[in-house]
Amino acid sequence: MSAEVLPYTVKPHPITGIYSGKFGMWLFLASEVMLFGAFFSSYVLLKVGAPVEGPAAWPSHEQRHLSWVIGGINTLVLIVSSVTMVMAWASLKMNDLAKGRKYLGATLALALLFLVLKISLEYIPHWRDGFTTQHSVFFGIYYAMTGLHGLHIIGGIVVIGYFIGPGSALWKTDPEYYTNRIECTGLYWHFVDLVWIFLFPTLYLMN
Amino acid sequence: MNTEHGQHTELSYWRKYVFSTDHKVIGIQYALTSLCFLFFGFCLMMLMRWQLAYPGSEIPVIGKLLSESIAPGGVMLPEFYNSLGAMHGTIMVFLGVVPLVVGGFGNYFVPLQIGAPDMSFPKLNMVSYWFYAAGGLVMLVSFFVPGGAANSGWTSYPPLADIATIGQTVWILGMVFLITSSLLGAINFIVTIVQLRAKGMTMFRLPFFVWAQLVTAFLLLLAFPPLEAAAVLQLMDRVAATSFFMPEGLVVSGQVGIVQGSQIAGGGNPLLWQHLFWFLAHPEVYVLILPGMGIIAEVIANNTRKPLWGYRAMVYSLIFIGFMSFIVWAHHMFITGMGTTISAFFATTTMIISIPSVIILTALVISLYKAAIRFTVPMLFALAFLPMFAIGGLTGLPLGLPAADIHLHDTYYVIGHFHYVVAPGTIFALFAGIYHWFPKVTGRIMNTALGKLHFFLSFVFLNVVFMPMFFQGMAGLSRRLYDQTLYAHGEAVQSLTIMSSWGAWLLGLAQIPFIINFFISIRAGKKVTDNPWEATTLEWAAPSPPPHGNFTTEPVVYRGPYEYSVPGTSKDFFPQQLATET
Repeated sequence: MSAEVLPYTVKPHPITGIYSGKFGMWLFLASEVMLFGAFFSSYVLLKVGAPVEGPAAWPSHEQRHLSWVIGGINTLVLIVSSVTMVMAWASLKMNDLAKGRKYLGATLALALLFLVLKISLEYIPHWRDGFTTQHSVFFGIYYAMTGLHGLHIIGGIVVIGYFIGPGSALWKTDPEYYTNRIECTGLYWHFVDLVWIFLFPTLYLMN
Repeated sequence: MNTEHGQHTELSYWRKYVFSTDHKVIGIQYALTSLCFLFFGFCLMMLMRWQLAYPGSEIPVIGKLLSESIAPGGVMLPEFYNSLGAMHGTIMVFLGVVPLVVGGFGNYFVPLQIGAPDMSFPKLNMVSYWFYAAGGLVMLVSFFVPGGAANSGWTSYPPLADIATIGQTVWILGMVFLITSSLLGAINFIVTIVQLRAKGMTMFRLPFFVWAQLVTAFLLLLAFPPLEAAAVLQLMDRVAATSFFMPEGLVVSGQVGIVQGSQIAGGGNPLLWQHLFWFLAHPEVYVLILPGMGIIAEVIANNTRKPLWGYRAMVYSLIFIGFMSFIVWAHHMFITGMGTTISAFFATTTMIISIPSVIILTALVISLYKAAIRFTVPMLFALAFLPMFAIGGLTGLPLGLPAADIHLHDTYYVIGHFHYVVAPGTIFALFAGIYHWFPKVTGRIMNTALGKLHFFLSFVFLNVVFMPMFFQGMAGLSRRLYDQTLYAHGEAVQSLTIMSSWGAWLLGLAQIPFIINFFISIRAGKKVTDNPWEATTLEWAAPSPPPHGNFTTEPVVYRGPYEYSVPGTSKDFFPQQLATET
C-alpha cells in the first residue's frame, strides 16, 4: 500500500531528517553495540583474570590455532559484501530493480561464502580436534562471539533473500518504500561487517 | 488484509482482538496479562510467608494440593521455597510491573497523549506483546520441569545458577523472549515519541508521562543487551560445558570441576555474571519507577488544578537519572572484595543519582502547595506515593554507602528498601493510573467507595508488611532464609516476621474490592463523558474508548500539558488541543 497512513514511514521527518524505519534501525544497532560490547567486555575481563600459567592460562597466538589467513579472507569477503550492498541500494535509488537484485544476490553469495569458509575451514576442524566449547574459556568465548556473529549473518541472509524473492513485489506498489527497506538492511549489514572488523583482530591477531 | 488505519475492511476476530496491531488492543493485552502475573507473583509470596512465619508447619488448605515432590505432607521443601523466591522476583519485575507500566499504560496512552494515530511500528508492537506472552508461558512451564522452577534468586548468581536444575535453563530461555520483547518495544516508543507528535506538540509541551516513557525506553534499549549476553554465557555454561563463570578447582558434591555432568576447564569468573547482570538490573529499577512517576505527575496535576511545579527541572532530572543509572551498578557488589577506590567511585555516583530523584519528588510535593486538591481515588494513591517513595528512596542511601552496606547487604533491610519503592511506590502509581484512566478505556468510572476501601486497606497493610523489615535487617537477619528461627538473631525478630506475614495475607484480601470493582465497572460502572476528570492532556480529547485511528480530527496543540487555573479563562482547565476557550 502506498498511502502513508502513519506519517513519516517513507517521507523523512522535518526535524530528524529521516524516515521512521531508519531511525528504528539506528536504535536497534545501538542496542547491538551494547550486546557485542558486553561480549567484548567479558572477553577482556576473562583474559585479564586468567591465571598466568597452567591449563587455564590464556592461550598465546599460536596456541589458539586460528589462521589469520582464513580470518583475513573472511574479512575481505565481508568488506566486499558491504560494497555490493551499497551498490544494490544505489541501483534502486537510480530506479534499476534488476541491477539492485543482482547486487543483493552478490551480497547474499558473499555472506554464504563467509559462512561456508568459517564452518568448513574453522568450526568443523577445530571441533574435531577437540577445540570445543569445553576446551577452555578462550574457545568458549570464541565460539560464543563468532557464533553470535554468525547468527547475525544468517539473519541478514534471510532478510536479503526475502527482499530478492517475495519481498521484491513491494517495488511495484511502492518503490521508494522498498528502497528504504534495502537501505535499512544495508545499515544492519554494515554493522555486522563492523563487528567482524573488531572480532578479527581481537581473536586472531592480538596476543 | 492490512490493519493499517484508513483500510476499513472488516477484520476477523483473530486480527481484531488477538493479533491486533492497534496500540490500544495491544495495551489492553499487556495490561490484562501483566495483572494476572502480578496476582500470581503475589500468590507465590503469600505461600512463602507461611513458611517464614510458621517454619516447618503444614500449609493450610493449599498444602494438600501441592505435590509430594515440592511439599511433602504439606510442608514446603527448602528447594521449593527458593523457587518461590526466585520466581516471585522474576515474575513481579519482568512479567508484572514493567509490562504493565510500559507495555500496558505506555502503549495505550503515549500515542494518545502525543496526538498520534498509533505507534510507529504497529506490527512490531504486536510481535513485542507475543514475545512477552511466550516468555511468560515459558516461565510458568518452568514450575513443572523436573527439579522445579529456577531457584537461584531472580539474580541467578553463578556458581549456584550454573549447577542448578533444569528449571534455570528454562528461566534463561524465558528471559531471552522477555528481553527481545523489551528491546523491540523500546525502539517503538522512542521512534513514536520523536517522529509522530501532532502539530504544535513540541518536546517541552509533552506530558511528563511521555517524557518518563521516553527515558525509560532508552534504558531498556541500552541496558538489556548485557543481560542477554550474560544469559547466553550462562546457558553455555549449563549446556555447552564452558566455564565463563566457573573458577578452577570448584568442588560440587565432592567432585572437582564437574558441572552438569561435564568436566569443565575452569578459569572463569563468577563476578563477571554479577557485573553483566547488574549493568542491566540497575537501570531496570529506574525502568520500574520512572513511568510510575509519570503517572503520579499526571494525576497530581489534574487533581490539584494547577500546573506541575518545576516541570522543566523534572524533565532534566529524568534525563540525568537516565544517564547516571548506567554508572552506579556496582553498588550492588560492595561486598565482593572490590577495592576502596572503585567502591568510592560507585558510592559517589550513587549519591549523585539520588539528587534528581529528590528533585522530582520535591517538585511533586511543591505542586500541592496552594492547590485545590480533589481527593479522588487516583489522587489518594498519588498522595500516598510521595511519602512511601520517600521512605524507599531514603533507605536506599545507607545501602549506597559501602561502610553501612557491609552490615546491611543481603539483609531484610534491602528487601524493605526495594519493596517500598516498588510496592507503595510503583504499584500505587499503577493503581492510580488504573483508576484515573479507566474512564478513557471503558467510558465508565470505577466505584469510588470500593476504590477508597482498596486504597486505605492497601496503604495500611503495605506498611505492616514492609516497615518491620528495616529493623529485622538492622538486627542482621539475612535474606532468602528458609527457616529464620534456626538463628538466635532470627528467632529474636520472629514476631516481626509473623506480623509481616499476616500483613501480606490481609493485603491480599484488600485487593478483593479492587478486583471486584475492576470487573464489575467494565460492564456496570457509571457511564461518564469523554473527559470526566476535566483534564488537559490530549488523550481526553479522544472519544472513550478511542476508535481505530484515535482522534476524529487530527489534533493540533496550542499550549503546554498542564494549563490549569489559567488567569483570564472561564474554566479551571484549558485543554492542549483547543485553539480558544469557546
